[in-house]
Amino acid sequence: MKQFIIFIRKEFFHLWRDKKTVFILFGMPLVLILIFGFALTNEVKNTRIAILDNSKDETTGTIIRQINASRYFDIVRNIKSDRELEGAFREGKIKMAVVFPMQFQYSLLHTNKAAVQLVMDATDPNVANILANYTTAIIVDYQSSMKGHQNLPYTINTELRMLYNPQMKGSYNFVPGVMAIVLMLVCAMMTSISIVREKEMGTMEVILVSPIVPVRLVIAKMVPYFLLSAVNIVSILMLSFYVLEVPIQGNLALLVAECLFFAITVLALGLLISSVADSQQTAMLISIMGLFLPTIMLSGFFFPVENMPVPLQILSNLVPAKWFYYIVEDIMIKGLGVAYVWKETLILAGMTFFFMVISIRKFKTRLE
Amino acid sequence: MNVITVQSLTKQFGSFTAVDNISFDVKKGEIFGFLGANGAGKTTVMRMLCGLSFPTRGEVTVAGFDLFTEAEKIKKTIGYMSQKFSLYEDLTVKENIRFYGGIYGLTDIQIKSKTDFMLQDLSINDKADTLVKSLPLGWRQKLSFSVAMVHEPQIVFLDEPTSGVDPVTRREFFSMIYEAAHTGTTVFLTTHYMDEAEYCHRVSIMVDGRIDALGTPTVLKEQFSVSDMEGVFLKLARGAKRGDD
Amino acid sequence: MKSVIVNNVQKSFKGNKSFVQALEEISFDVEQGELFGLIGSDGSGKTTLFRILTTLMIPDSGTASVDGFDIVKDFKAIRNRVGYMPGRFSLYQDLTVEENLSFFATLFNTTIEENYDLVKDIYKQIEKFKHRRASALSGGMKQKLALCCALIHKPSVLFLDEPTTGVDAVSRQEFWELLRQLQNQNITILVTTPYMDEASLCDRVALIQQGILLDIGTPKGIMNKLGKPLWAARASNMYMLMKELKSMKEVFSCYPFGNEHHLIFHNDGQSIEEIETALKKKGIVDVLLKRTEPTIEDLFMKLMNKEKL
Repeated sequence: MKQFIIFIRKEFFHLWRDKKTVFILFGMPLVLILIFGFALTNEVKNTRIAILDNSKDETTGTIIRQINASRYFDIVRNIKSDRELEGAFREGKIKMAVVFPMQFQYSLLHTNKAAVQLVMDATDPNVANILANYTTAIIVDYQSSMKGHQNLPYTINTELRMLYNPQMKGSYNFVPGVMAIVLMLVCAMMTSISIVREKEMGTMEVILVSPIVPVRLVIAKMVPYFLLSAVNIVSILMLSFYVLEVPIQGNLALLVAECLFFAITVLALGLLISSVADSQQTAMLISIMGLFLPTIMLSGFFFPVENMPVPLQILSNLVPAKWFYYIVEDIMIKGLGVAYVWKETLILAGMTFFFMVISIRKFKTRLE
Repeated sequence: MNVITVQSLTKQFGSFTAVDNISFDVKKGEIFGFLGANGAGKTTVMRMLCGLSFPTRGEVTVAGFDLFTEAEKIKKTIGYMSQKFSLYEDLTVKENIRFYGGIYGLTDIQIKSKTDFMLQDLSINDKADTLVKSLPLGWRQKLSFSVAMVHEPQIVFLDEPTSGVDPVTRREFFSMIYEAAHTGTTVFLTTHYMDEAEYCHRVSIMVDGRIDALGTPTVLKEQFSVSDMEGVFLKLARGAKRGDD
Repeated sequence: MKSVIVNNVQKSFKGNKSFVQALEEISFDVEQGELFGLIGSDGSGKTTLFRILTTLMIPDSGTASVDGFDIVKDFKAIRNRVGYMPGRFSLYQDLTVEENLSFFATLFNTTIEENYDLVKDIYKQIEKFKHRRASALSGGMKQKLALCCALIHKPSVLFLDEPTTGVDAVSRQEFWELLRQLQNQNITILVTTPYMDEASLCDRVALIQQGILLDIGTPKGIMNKLGKPLWAARASNMYMLMKELKSMKEVFSCYPFGNEHHLIFHNDGQSIEEIETALKKKGIVDVLLKRTEPTIEDLFMKLMNKEKL
């Protein structure tokens, strides 16, 4: 046992004395969270738009004022004709134009029908979609404020209900994503590099020619990184809660426990990588190509898996981060309890077991 | 005629003086042995002579060119063989020659004739298309030397060229060096093997950044009253301060 | 009792497009308490042999044992009792001297204190640096530290792979003095080295080249095997002297050897005056020829040339 402790101490020395890496491993999660939280949002604010009001009546005036009041829009042009419209788009000066036909109010009041045209710059379809939704929301809002009128069919009639994130704040989704990436980095890549470095330096040879049981060596290597990820998990959660104001709906203890559990899964992955890589460079490459990329693409954190073709959806089941995503979402954002996450947790457990068994089998007690 | 002149050469890295005010000359066609313990400053000096780094103070000319102002011209007239033999292990013998011939500015015709000559001279015609990785160490080293000479430089710098090589090949290698010197190429080499110091026309020994001995092997042995160069080296090295703290 | 027994060990490495026969049917043994040297240049097979004996690799064919334990079947027992110092010193660069030593002690379930008198003489030389990181030590210091780390668990057999390579001449000498002192503790020591002059410091040596064991015996015994008288020649123009000697039909072999040329004549009773006269005719008037004692290197060269034929 004492041997084991001394091993762990040595690993801590290695970790601690590499100041540059430590700085990155501690600082990076914090930086990522802040960047995602503040700078990168899916929200679209202050979009430049134009209005072409052919009717110029009270109703159009009211709607226009409400659009202008919204923080999403910035009316920069009042256009007089269709031709001007095209020109404004081509010059890239506006992203959307709201067009009211002539006699808008008249049509509305007398025929219960009126049309509003939204012309979008759909170069970025996501943004176009979002803008359309915002505008529709404003118009629907106006409609419901009109007294007693029913069945006013507008050309766009959507019912939106934003669950859990009614203001559609982008950051909620990114917090678990950042957590997954950070854990991947610390637990998988760093662990595998640490083990492979022993091989590269030649100290592995010396260690093998000793009474040490190799499994102990390997576990000793994982411990410092496990503790480091615990620190990271706590700091990410604290940052999200206090600075970004992301609420944690569910049981905090359960959340932390699941995060630590995922860390173990990733550590086992790191172990697996180290058993097939013979240089630090290879270990890093495998970590990036085999872990990061699939995590970003297929976990569901950044792109919805449900929108992908079926083969990719099936493939995504192999990505541990995907199951972690469900778990964190359920607990953190939906506020659910163990009853809802035990299945995913079990899957993660299975994966962990699988990785560990293979790595231990593949661990070479000789040099070739 | 001196092909290398060094006057009051000093190199400092921050507060550490790696090379401390050394002066020496090397004559054309000489085999000059540059010895010293690890950390004494040999590699630093060699790098400066090759134009790879600049002195803090002092004057240096190589092949008549001033180091500070004409470093690029120096690089064209010298050859260099590094300790790890500077060959690409995953290229064949021919490919290596072609590559180096190319960087030294030889024309295709020149490269072809040099290649034929080298393969013949080293008796490795049958290995022309083998990967260097599969060549035994001794062959690699001789090939390395030939490649360093491919552009017929005036001076060739050899950094521990016989490190780890078997005794037979080491001697064959020195025959090649003798030939080169005989035809007028100046050879500037560093080595850990004291017996090789004996093959040199003149030898200098660096200790703690200074040159503490300079002369022919015969004269030095007399000066220190020992029977071989190893004896000279040990007497000087034991007094060295650098290397242990 | 023999510490190490090697029987027809063979080992080759197959790569993608390469094939290297690292060891070709090597057999020898080492007595307990012996200081045994394996002399050979890079690529000779010494490191492969050591890795096989320390159980890090398995031979293609043949058997070997260390302290009576088979290297394949009883590898765990061997790993518990040998000390191994591979090339490049294999220390932890970012740990201090003391931390390295303490780590290796714990690796073998012991402490620095327990076997301190074993490493005491060596450790005293680096003790004042005990809080310094290994990366900041000179080559000679690293070497001494690595030796301590290999000894700290009181091994019965010590395997040192090229411990003096890349280290300055003074440290090399000191190192071998330390090894000789260790023999008093009845530890069997196997050392590989490319430096021929270190051979004479061993009890027995084996000369190895390209996987073949050229010869084995005591240094003196080997040197006597030259079989023919060895001569040393000197002149003011060594280059011309070599050329002329090599072209003479009386000369069997001639090669440079430091500040003189070594030569062997076909005829054991060759008349020296004849040679001197012939050289004078070619313009070499100041040649000095005398008999000289062969060294390991002379033997090595003779054996290598024989293999080439």
